[in-house]
Amino acid sequence: MTTSVLSTRNLTKQYGTGSARFDALKGVTIDIAEGESVAIVGKSGSGKSTLMHILALLDSPTSGGLSVDGTDAAKLKGTRLNTLRNRTFGFVFQQFFLTPNTSVLDNVMLPLKIAKVGSRDRKRRALEALEQLELSDKARSKATDLSGGQKQRVVIARALVNNPRIIFADEPTGNLDSATGAVVEDLLFRLNEEQGITLVIVTHDEELAARASRRIYLKDGLIVDGLAA
Amino acid sequence: MRAVDIIKTAIGNSFRSRLRTSLTVIAIFIGAFTLTITNGLGAGINNYIDSQVASIGAPDVMSVTKPVEATDDSTGPKPYEPTDPSEVSSGRPGGSVLALTDDDLDAIRAIDGITAVEPLVAVSPDYVEYGDAGKFQLSVSPLSAGVKIELAAGDSFTEGTDENEIVLPTTYIDTLGFSSNKDAVGKTVTIGITNALREQTTVEATVVGVQEPTLFGASPSLNEPLTTALYDAQNVGIPADSTNQYGSATAHFDADSTDAQVAQLKRDLVDAGYAGTTVADQIGTFQTVIDGIILVLNAFAVIALLAAGFGIINTLLMSVQERTREIGLMKAMGMSGGRIFALFSTEAVFIGFLGSAIGAGVAMLVGGVISRVLANGLLKDLAGLQILTFTPAAIGTVLLLVMGIAFVAAVLPASRAARQSPIDSLRYE
Repeated sequence: MTTSVLSTRNLTKQYGTGSARFDALKGVTIDIAEGESVAIVGKSGSGKSTLMHILALLDSPTSGGLSVDGTDAAKLKGTRLNTLRNRTFGFVFQQFFLTPNTSVLDNVMLPLKIAKVGSRDRKRRALEALEQLELSDKARSKATDLSGGQKQRVVIARALVNNPRIIFADEPTGNLDSATGAVVEDLLFRLNEEQGITLVIVTHDEELAARASRRIYLKDGLIVDGLAA
Repeated sequence: MRAVDIIKTAIGNSFRSRLRTSLTVIAIFIGAFTLTITNGLGAGINNYIDSQVASIGAPDVMSVTKPVEATDDSTGPKPYEPTDPSEVSSGRPGGSVLALTDDDLDAIRAIDGITAVEPLVAVSPDYVEYGDAGKFQLSVSPLSAGVKIELAAGDSFTEGTDENEIVLPTTYIDTLGFSSNKDAVGKTVTIGITNALREQTTVEATVVGVQEPTLFGASPSLNEPLTTALYDAQNVGIPADSTNQYGSATAHFDADSTDAQVAQLKRDLVDAGYAGTTVADQIGTFQTVIDGIILVLNAFAVIALLAAGFGIINTLLMSVQERTREIGLMKAMGMSGGRIFALFSTEAVFIGFLGSAIGAGVAMLVGGVISRVLANGLLKDLAGLQILTFTPAAIGTVLLLVMGIAFVAAVLPASRAARQSPIDSLRYE
């Protein structure tokens, strides 16, 4: 059995209290192995984004356990938590989250800057990442001046630059037309196949989900066999 | 994130919304400018007073008088006693002191800590003359030894000489017929004085120096032998016992005395029935007034800066709001709350630095020009007065103060940014 990098035990997440209480997750148990590509599929409101946020340590569950590399996430705090976020995770968001009015290179360098990598080193690594995504010529451009597809490739370069073990992609093609969306999909799955980076994709797009090695369907905060059900 | 990266990023961020940053910088600029100017004004005036202090009295002398015993005004004057010393006006309106006699001088001399006592004698010469340029009125201030003079040419009085020496103010030079300040040095002038028998006699004196006019007037200074010579010439014909009365005396003490020792000396004088006033005492009241005015002006500048501080809070709150998602992203990427706090507070401190550096710089430029214009115009008669004086320490204090205010202003927005949970920030639309 391959080691699981992420495993959850009976995760629940509630928002609000009393009559306003909303259960986003009602007990989710999953294991994600190193090198897997997993699609978390569900409609909006199914809890798929909440699950991803908890997996990525951006949010904490109301109850249940999460372990990253065998370490209990609840015990991760302060510097260790920040180092883990910085070294282990890469993020690709539907809304890109690029810093406007700064250069593409600066955006890609951000995780390295946070990781206290020296300025020459981080420039070299950021340029390498951009080259990998065929964006070397855009390094000096402003992030806001790029097209949607280019922006998402910059985001992938940023997710990639610190050699993460897991990339979380939240609707990575949601804001792209199908042609550029396909390019971005190819890039993500190639990273998974060639570099062995664990890929966790959150999507409502069945076609994108179909390319993942495993699909987890969520409905109303619970894992189901398929959305058709 | 490394400290240097935090600083660089913070500076970069502050330039990202230029208009907002510029407006805040202008607000700080106004405060810093005002503060620098008022500080410069205070330093300029106080410097000038300090230099003037040196010209009216040395630090190791005090003027000793014998105060009239306190009487109740409503009871009227005391009955006359032939043995009582006569009252003399102290020069201050409404103030009169008892004349000092040689016995009094001996009594003062006996006080522990007093090294020497000289009576302060008033001489009133009739004229001063050099060559054939004519006779001119000469009014001398009753200066005593130990006085330091700011000289435009020549030297101060020779120590321990028996020669008659005089220091003339620059205003006398042309009038008396000298070609320049330097020309006057070493020349001999003739001073005429009338004695009690209405006879006019003359005394010769050598010009040793030429003096800049001071805040306290532009009268020539005489050395002790010349004063004594004039005093003797003036008192010819006066009965001996009446000449030995003086308005005040100058007591010397050790120049290394501490403030406490000087205070003790003053107490001893009071116990013996005398009053001692150092130059610092006389000038102190003046400086207290100036310091008070400067304090009020500074308070206004600080109020301006406090208003600017709220500008900083507003700017940063907007900045935090605007960059909510960026903060969330940085946190998701493993940036700690402490570093986020540092990032935003550095931005505020940088804005504060920018405003105060420009404010202080412009204040120095404008102040330099104003100072020069005033020195050659309105304040021409007060030679040596730089109305605005900027010291590095004062400028540094202004910079640090403004940056401190900026940091305090940043605490609220920066801690709000630091506390944000990454996921709430990322969800923020």
